[in-house]
Amino acid sequence: MNKDFCRAFARNKGAMVGLIIVGLIVLVALFADILFPASPWDMAGAPFTHPGDRGMLFGSDMLGRDIASGIAHGARVSLLVGLTSTIAAVTAGVTLGALAGFHGGWIDDAIMRFAELFQTIPNFVLVVVTVAIFTPSLTSIILAIAIVSWAPLARLVRGEFLSLSSREFVQAAITCGQSNTTIIFRHILPNCLSPIIVSASLMVATAILLESSLSFLGLGDPNAMSWGFMVGSARTVLRQAWWMSFFPGLAILLTVLGLNLIGEGLNDAFNPRLRRQRKA
Amino acid sequence: MPKSLHFLLNRLVKAAVVLGVVVVLNFLLIHAAPGDPAVVMAGEAGAADQMFVEQLRSQFGLDRPLYEQLGSYVGHIVQGDLGFSYRQQRPVAGLLLDRLPATVALTLSAFVLALICGVTLGVVAAVNVGRWTDSLVTVLALLSYATPIYWVGLMLVLVFSVNLGWLPAFGFETVGAGYKGWAWFADILRHMVLPVVTLGLFYMAVYARMTRASVLEVASMDFVKTARAKGQTEWNIVTGHVLRNAILPVLTVAGVQAGQLIGGSILVETVFAWPGLGRLTFDAVLQRDYQLLLGVFFVTSVLVIVFNILTDLLYALIDPRVELVR
Repeated sequence: MNKDFCRAFARNKGAMVGLIIVGLIVLVALFADILFPASPWDMAGAPFTHPGDRGMLFGSDMLGRDIASGIAHGARVSLLVGLTSTIAAVTAGVTLGALAGFHGGWIDDAIMRFAELFQTIPNFVLVVVTVAIFTPSLTSIILAIAIVSWAPLARLVRGEFLSLSSREFVQAAITCGQSNTTIIFRHILPNCLSPIIVSASLMVATAILLESSLSFLGLGDPNAMSWGFMVGSARTVLRQAWWMSFFPGLAILLTVLGLNLIGEGLNDAFNPRLRRQRKA
Repeated sequence: MPKSLHFLLNRLVKAAVVLGVVVVLNFLLIHAAPGDPAVVMAGEAGAADQMFVEQLRSQFGLDRPLYEQLGSYVGHIVQGDLGFSYRQQRPVAGLLLDRLPATVALTLSAFVLALICGVTLGVVAAVNVGRWTDSLVTVLALLSYATPIYWVGLMLVLVFSVNLGWLPAFGFETVGAGYKGWAWFADILRHMVLPVVTLGLFYMAVYARMTRASVLEVASMDFVKTARAKGQTEWNIVTGHVLRNAILPVLTVAGVQAGQLIGGSILVETVFAWPGLGRLTFDAVLQRDYQLLLGVFFVTSVLVIVFNILTDLLYALIDPRVELVR
């Protein structure tokens, strides 16, 4: 990352706001055990405590559990699922996209038809069905999210590979007799890193939304407190206790917003031409 | 062969391939599920003794080789047999058909609302680029893009049903009110407002952002300058020249996102107890009713494909350059 890039990113107000939001949430997740040493599943006070009463910042739920503690511990699940499922999806997407773009021919055709298919079928329904059948756990959730997320990235990487393969420096490397692995990893891949990074940052946000939606439906990991689960369990008592669904939902909103802002900031910083256009 | 027919055939073949893969995926999911399917089914039926399990195994051909099983599975689906839900004691296909109209009504209304409002907002933002209306639309789009759809639903219920008491919080109609004719229709419409707005809001944001970018791009092209030089009114230029071109990428994205729209309806229906496929899915999840879940996956895939063909036709209608062949 060069200086120009960092300067462009730092000058982007939205991206800085995003970075601060996400930074704070990461800190809360890291220090959840110090901020709220007791388990978020344990009773911390009277049920239905209003926010701010009896030392509970965001109030308590119907079983007297501290909402603030749930949010702090839930941040871990959200970030963990967001990050790991993105890593899995990026690995699969980049590998398949590179294979398709570099080899072309029937391999390209087959992979792209496969990707198209995954973009057509209703993603969320597939995630729900998969997680329900393989019993909800962090592993099944992460895998299911990765399965429905890799396709757009594969298409993107394939496009980059196709256009870069015909460039002189790659042709020169081929003429010199360098191995395919060297050409892919040393010449082509580094040149399409920026769109991959931008997509990945947006993908983390989508994965967090997906995980929260699963937990909302009761398909979260039963051993981990998560934001979607908190909103889901608050649904039935919405009239008595608005804060039970309000604060966890706000946490999701802020995290996803922060990640989207960072993603856009990265995109703008990687493409100075686009940035000027947008300002015009 | 007429071009439109060729196009339609082409699309139908593509649709059949996608459906074929969905069926195979469904089949594999049943078999990849942990545990013996016969035991699972027996458990669902509430009787897990050995005799019954054996009976199920031969009834469903689970003792035959996998490819034969796949063949008979496909055969059943072609005949409209999507399996039997032991939990609900009814064939899956019937359960799904009962719920389909409510989901179609919800998703289609939300889609139309999102498209109209989103495109309008996008144009307003692009025409006023750099001014406060532009910033407002951008911020609104960013916010609704990041908000979990089910949470939006709950917050809208909190404001418009619980606090203001303007709109009903859940259901499809007022139970036991006995409305007839127009009053019945109006009652359903009142129930539809919050779910439709909830589902539509997210896509409105997507379409607004896309339209804004697309209008800005088209507006700098030569034919727009020509139109302006010819002295056309700004309104004519925007609606007649710019929008007609700018809306095309928006429609493409709308078609691609049809699947997400239907997925979103699962969450919205859960929040509003809307008696559609989504609500059925939620119940199936709670009861671990796999046959029903796989049926939902199949039917929603069909819905997405129909939706895609519709957006393709709409595309061709707007852009005469697209000959209906690809």
